Amino acid sequence: MYVLSAIVSLTLLGLFLGLLLGIAAKYLKVESSPIVDELESLLPGSQCGQCGFPGCRPAAEALAEGNAPATMCPPGGSALAEQIAALLGLDLDLSEVKEPELLVARVSESTCTGCTRCFKVCPTDAIVGAPKQIHAVVADACIACKKCVEVCPTECLQMHPVEVTLRNWRWAKPLNVSAQTADARSNAVC
Amino acid sequence: MLSLFKKSRIRGGVHAEEHKAETATLPIASNFPLPKKLYIPLQQHVGKPAEPVIKVGEKVLKGQLLAHSQGLISAPVHAPSSGVILDVNDYPAPHPTALPIRTIVLETDGKEEWMAVHPVDDPFQLTPEDISLRVGAAGIVGLGGATFPTAVKLNMGRENHIDTLIINGAECEPYLSCDDRLMQERAEMIIDGVRLMLYGMETESAVVAIEDNKPQAFLAMQAAAESFAQINVIQIPTRYPMGWDRQLIRFVTGKEVPVGCRSSEIGVTIHNVGTAFAVHNAIRHGQPLLSRVITVAGGAVQRPTNIEVPFGTLISELFSFCGVNTENIARIIMGGPMMGDSLPHSGLPTVKATSGILALTQSELKNTEEQPCIRCAGCVSVCPAGLRPLDMANNIRINQLDTAVDLGLKDCISCGCCSYICPSNIPLVQYFKYASGEIVARQQAQHKSEQTKRLIDARNARMERIAQQQREDELARIAAKAERERLKAEQEALV
Amino acid sequence: MIAHIKPSSGAHVGANISVSRIMRQVMLALLPATAFGLFCFGWPAINLFVITVLSAVVFEALCVRLRGRGVKPAIMDGSAVLTGWLLAMTLPPWAPWWIGVVGSGLAIILGKQVYGGLGQNLFNPAMLARVALLISFPIEMTTWANVSPLFFSHSPGWVESWHITFSGLENSDATTGATTLGFIKTEFSQNHLLPDILKDYSGFLNFIGWTRGSLGETSTLLLGLGGLWLIRQKIIQWQIPVSLLLTVALLAGVFHVMDNQHYVSPLLYLNSGAMMCVAFFIATDYVTSPNTPAGQLVFGAGCGLLIFVIRTWGAYPEGAGFAVLLMNSATPLIDHYIRPRIYGRDRKGKPLEIPKS
Repeated sequence: MYVLSAIVSLTLLGLFLGLLLGIAAKYLKVESSPIVDELESLLPGSQCGQCGFPGCRPAAEALAEGNAPATMCPPGGSALAEQIAALLGLDLDLSEVKEPELLVARVSESTCTGCTRCFKVCPTDAIVGAPKQIHAVVADACIACKKCVEVCPTECLQMHPVEVTLRNWRWAKPLNVSAQTADARSNAVC
Repeated sequence: MLSLFKKSRIRGGVHAEEHKAETATLPIASNFPLPKKLYIPLQQHVGKPAEPVIKVGEKVLKGQLLAHSQGLISAPVHAPSSGVILDVNDYPAPHPTALPIRTIVLETDGKEEWMAVHPVDDPFQLTPEDISLRVGAAGIVGLGGATFPTAVKLNMGRENHIDTLIINGAECEPYLSCDDRLMQERAEMIIDGVRLMLYGMETESAVVAIEDNKPQAFLAMQAAAESFAQINVIQIPTRYPMGWDRQLIRFVTGKEVPVGCRSSEIGVTIHNVGTAFAVHNAIRHGQPLLSRVITVAGGAVQRPTNIEVPFGTLISELFSFCGVNTENIARIIMGGPMMGDSLPHSGLPTVKATSGILALTQSELKNTEEQPCIRCAGCVSVCPAGLRPLDMANNIRINQLDTAVDLGLKDCISCGCCSYICPSNIPLVQYFKYASGEIVARQQAQHKSEQTKRLIDARNARMERIAQQQREDELARIAAKAERERLKAEQEALV
Repeated sequence: MIAHIKPSSGAHVGANISVSRIMRQVMLALLPATAFGLFCFGWPAINLFVITVLSAVVFEALCVRLRGRGVKPAIMDGSAVLTGWLLAMTLPPWAPWWIGVVGSGLAIILGKQVYGGLGQNLFNPAMLARVALLISFPIEMTTWANVSPLFFSHSPGWVESWHITFSGLENSDATTGATTLGFIKTEFSQNHLLPDILKDYSGFLNFIGWTRGSLGETSTLLLGLGGLWLIRQKIIQWQIPVSLLLTVALLAGVFHVMDNQHYVSPLLYLNSGAMMCVAFFIATDYVTSPNTPAGQLVFGAGCGLLIFVIRTWGAYPEGAGFAVLLMNSATPLIDHYIRPRIYGRDRKGKPLEIPKS
């Protein structure tokens, strides 16, 4: 008798909880993985393709699935890598991340024909000008995607490193001198 | 017994070898020859750079305005001597990198022809606002090294009801003795400047604080202030960084400036003795700030001394005046050896912030052979801000900048005590400067990436709009064509 | 024109201090007590001391070499010598050679290098090695030689000392005995009471160190003076020694007053070279102690408490090693919670409020 009542009550309980789970799954369903959206919003969104994925959305999906490291986005640098790692709860070793060399496109005024091709492809509208007039790059808006360099017929658009000025100069990280010299010495011994 | 529980008024700090005696006993040199060319940077202060008002080739008189201030926080620049403007262009800045800075080049004519000045006989007839205006027009900035425009500080003082004006005569950096000499030789003028500042800020009392390793300066200042009850000259213990404004405020008033606040918010303002002297000159004699006293010292200097130098003088001229053996120089430092920065060469101009130029030999420099940290906690005990430099540096080394900020990176004042005391020669201050710069850079990068996203969205929306427009045009064209054909058909039908 | 182009930040000048100088100062402070210990226990002690220090240096060189770093700077900083030295001081003076070698290996390899070398270790290497030896080789580690000074007729000579060091003691009962604390512990287990037990105890001999004990830990006077000198030289801070000794004295005092038949007087605790060595030289190890003054006070008090508890109720009469190791493991926690107050902020790190005038 006891056995029977135990079987019945547990079965009922199981059925009831199963039902609850079923309902919850139906009504509280998550439409798409929100983490992908969040990741995409972190990425630059310039669809530059430097990561090897066709755009920022596929890159975000790869990150969410764990198929790409947090340090995958070269334009984002270590700042972005830290944000991604924080979002995904990853351990991050930044010592291997190379800070991207900051580049900016510049128009060589002597060879520009004013063909307007470059400012048509610029994803951030960083190139200004009008047909038959020399174009110019707004350095603050340029994201160094190099699309303009590819379409320029006269090669007058070139990427240049961002000029170091008193405003943007920063103290360098101290090199760990002892480790370095020690390594050098041991190499000499070996 | 109660005193044991009272908050200690000095915290941390170090006592470095002073090296002040060689220069502090000599009078300020008066025979420094006027340089042939002066290189006057347009930004010698905190805030916006000044904007030139002169043209190349123009002849200027001593004291004439060369560039006016721009915006609320800025300071004008004046001609330190009479002569002709040779150039307005980019020249190396007195900065560790010697990167270019916009500079006016003045070729002096040696005549020292003054422009018309307007001395004031009784400045106490002026309104306090007028004092601020005149101080601002004279291009006076904080000469202790912070170079914050003094007029702005006077105005803030008036707005905030200051109880105490502290005059910083601590000069706690080793080697430097320019303020010491200034106080010994020009005490009356400094005290007059203090009175003018008190009047300009509508403040009742002032305290002149001088480290007790400068007894001569103390006596001179005390004598000069004797007849003014509102000015109190005191001696303070010799301990670097006593001249850190917040340390001095705590020592003199017992009050601590909360993080993120200006000292004026707790009723205290602090100015340097050199600034007080400049205020005296500007108000009493109508002379703008054209020169300052600079200590030239260090092991490579044969005749170390204090010199009154017009702004824009190249360091190499100071070196040849003081007899510097360039082969012995291991490092040139602008400012003191604790907080000053290295300079790559001597072809750089002196500016309003230059309190000293040091040419140090290798034996004077700290050993740079870095060893592992042994957690001796020396840096913790000397930090005047109450930080734990070793933990901060360890986190920065592995790029955990957020943790470093949690530990108080933003409260670091780069005073250098930790680097000074470190037995393992770890460049702690450079770690902190690097991290602070990196944090700013990352914020800017983040800002730019947000900006980029906005631009891309705007462009996509525009493209979409154009495409939509084209589709509509196309539809309209098709519709029009259909209409025309219908009409045509109708007409044909009619015919 | 000037060779130095790279921007360099302050401070450009430095205090006259370096890692090797700190290590040398500590060794200097240890020197009188060590010399006295070596004199008291004769040639076998000298053998053991040399072997322990040398093997510490060899192990350090080996590890540094394996890690591909420069050997010379690592040895020259003096930390390995000091570790070996401190370890040797805590060993029974006539212990066989392999105790020193194994101890040094444990201290340098397991105590220090596996964590990443100097400055990275969690536990005090010398104490780690001593405790490991004590647990693994209880007989060798509790065989205490009688005082038998150099050049005395009944002391072992140079040749005999090699025998003691390399083939062990024969007929050890004649030349060895128990330390005071060990003796008290054994006597308690036979239901004897304190006044009875201590009738042969001489405070003076313990004070100068003419007594059985570890190689360099017998002299309260010399170790205490060495420690005070270190404080005066500002190599160590007063916080840890003072709070440690005060805690032990206070606890011992309270219990002694309550029951002076079973609890040893605080003076006997304080008048012990081992206690001085722990308070001034072991617990104050930079790497494994907290780095704020308040944290150091807590650390010292914790060590004192544990030493008293272990000595009074634990199985090991010389419980200092365990106490220090336990508190070492608490150091990161103490450093996390006890931070100095930052200027302009309250203890919790919030900006101070602007006082209303």
